[in-house]
Amino acid sequence: MSHYFSNRETFKEIILIPVIATFLAISLGLLLLIFSGSSSEIALKALIALFLGSFGSLSAISETFTAATPLILAALGIAIGFRAGLFNIGAEGQIILGGMAAVIIGFSFHLPFVFHIIFVLLAGALFGAFYAFISGWLKAVTGAHEVITTIMLNLIAYRLLDFFLRISWIQKEGRNDPISKSILETAELPRIFYVLDPNLRVHTGFLIAIIAVLVVYWLIFHTTIGYEFRAVGKNLEASRYGGINPALTIIIAMSSAGLLAGLAGASQIAGILGRATPGFSAGIGFDAIAVALLGRAHPIGVLFAGILFGALIAGGREMQVSADVSLDLITVIQALIIIFIAAPILIQKLFPWIFK
Amino acid sequence: MNNHTTNKMQDVKTKKSTIIGLCLIFLGCMIYLFFGLGVEGQATFRLSRPTDPFALPNLILPAHSFIGASALLIAFFGGRIIIKAPKKYTIFIALSFFLAIAAFLVWATAGKSFSLTGMLQATLVRAVPIALAAMAGIMCERVAVINIGIEGMLLAGAFAGAVFGSIFGNLIGLILAILVGGFFGFILAALVVTFRVDQIIAGVAINIFVLGITSFLTSHLLKSNPELNDAPIFKSIKIPFFSEIPVLGPVLFKQNIFVYFAIFIVIVSTFYLFKTAYGLRARAVGEHPKAAETLGISVIKTRFYHVIMGGMIAGFGGAWFTLGSVGRFDEGMTGGRGFIGLAAMIFGRWHPIGALFAALIFGFADSLQQKLAILRTPIPSEFLAMAPYLVTIIVVAGIVGNAKPPQAIGQAYVKEN
Repeated sequence: MSHYFSNRETFKEIILIPVIATFLAISLGLLLLIFSGSSSEIALKALIALFLGSFGSLSAISETFTAATPLILAALGIAIGFRAGLFNIGAEGQIILGGMAAVIIGFSFHLPFVFHIIFVLLAGALFGAFYAFISGWLKAVTGAHEVITTIMLNLIAYRLLDFFLRISWIQKEGRNDPISKSILETAELPRIFYVLDPNLRVHTGFLIAIIAVLVVYWLIFHTTIGYEFRAVGKNLEASRYGGINPALTIIIAMSSAGLLAGLAGASQIAGILGRATPGFSAGIGFDAIAVALLGRAHPIGVLFAGILFGALIAGGREMQVSADVSLDLITVIQALIIIFIAAPILIQKLFPWIFK
Repeated sequence: MNNHTTNKMQDVKTKKSTIIGLCLIFLGCMIYLFFGLGVEGQATFRLSRPTDPFALPNLILPAHSFIGASALLIAFFGGRIIIKAPKKYTIFIALSFFLAIAAFLVWATAGKSFSLTGMLQATLVRAVPIALAAMAGIMCERVAVINIGIEGMLLAGAFAGAVFGSIFGNLIGLILAILVGGFFGFILAALVVTFRVDQIIAGVAINIFVLGITSFLTSHLLKSNPELNDAPIFKSIKIPFFSEIPVLGPVLFKQNIFVYFAIFIVIVSTFYLFKTAYGLRARAVGEHPKAAETLGISVIKTRFYHVIMGGMIAGFGGAWFTLGSVGRFDEGMTGGRGFIGLAAMIFGRWHPIGALFAALIFGFADSLQQKLAILRTPIPSEFLAMAPYLVTIIVVAGIVGNAKPPQAIGQAYVKEN
């Protein structure tokens, strides 16, 4: 898989293909809208809402970055996996575990402001890392394919969350529906532009995501373990002869991926939601796969792809409100983006005059 | 091979059997601790209904002694594997699991009564989509194409079955569901064979795409037109005489066409893959495409045909969710059965009959939640719902040893000029 992510790529491959893929996918999504019986006016309205909801105003931009935050964090983890030849589909489950840990720490401990946040984020990251460790360990020791184990762990995580939200000391007092207690104010990630306008939701989690981009960049390209990730991903047998322990490398890569996904879950809880409900993960783990692919498993690429997908989600919400188009259309667009990115030959055949 | 490596391999083998043996002893102890201690009374398993023409007496087991004996036997198997380090211990592991499940059922039933026939019937019904997903997987992987997209193909089949079944009736709905499955098979083949997309990425993209498009169409079309999501289901067909046999009759001969066809597909695909020239060619393409091409077999065409065929089987399996059980489509209703089917395929070592038996184990785990709810066990229902997923993880983690996929699996084929 890692042949998709070589470092010596041309401008066309890095910029042109993702841009074309995105436009192609959005156009096909709008065609689908028209084919499913909506008028072309609604499609046009949806397209406008998609742009206005993502970059049309200050609050739209804030929403875009808010939605991008967990995507960037989780996608960085998936990118590390790709570099090490692992396909981690389990980000969704790791986000759930991380979020659950964040909720528990967030409402049950009384700590001073900054310490509480750090504790919440650490707990989320550790739980996510532990959950991914299971898949990494199974892969390293028994050779169980990580795609299947991570998907099963996702499904298990959904059930765990259902169970967890019915436990009496976690469930919100006086409620019968599955909803957790709210985290304390000291555990909330502060909003970045609170002084400017308290309604701008973009929070310090976004800064953490930027720091994570830099750290992962340094990790992948400037450390020994990063080199080992890439070596194992390129050729496992050769790396073994080179003195690398592939089993250990796989476990570390998978756990770091889970750490970042767990952090994404914790930042979502501490920055936006404040409590856990069924489905609080909202498919972020799956969107993050597309983000990692679109960013070609490069931290900087992931940053931009994450912002693009954040824009799609923020715009998609606006589309839902003003044009009454279901958010699922965004999922279709994301899948199409993955297909076009993964099949560069397809795009080159469709637009031969661009790639002469 | 020199002496040193032989010794090393021997060591690895002994070490592995020691670990497995210890695991079994641990399992035995756990079973006694959790299920055996404090359990009282008898477990009554009903084998037939009083109205049946040939009524069988109930199977009554004393709970405590049965669980104790099972735990002891499992620990004994563990000890035997450690001491003797036999070459083949799969049979002991299988027996231990069987005993563990029996002990669990006896514990859950202690002091109550439980219909064993009903459980077996539910097991077979639940095994159908998993077995069909596994057959789809086998068709693709035998020609060296990994099909992670089976989940999406099942979902597409379920959706097509519900919508077209509502419009045209269940038979045409079923045929169109099969065709829709085949269409996604074609898309997968085009992506991985023609455009040489990474097979796993292509499969994941298909899954996300189908999940998105079916959810989108559900909220855009089906919510406002509920008459499009109300398909007539296939009723169960009683096979005369055979359905009167106690236990086996209602389990095997009083089912809907999905069960009969699933068994039919297993038999036909076994015959096709292992007894016909076409099957031999397909397997050659999966094992060594270059050699197959040299012999005049078109690798590209063979892969296309089989992946489309796999897609059609998955589409049929998907229709089970709507036309074979509830008649209406819900978002994401396949709940990971496609992936469980892939695990069944691995467990069954890429052989249709092996995969069918594996699917039955998963079907059993899948029906636990529904059936054990009646018995009011202290285990939360969420944990029972996890059972099939946990079993899948245990299976792919290769508790049965290392199964080998076809040689050329996952590799795109580039034809030389």
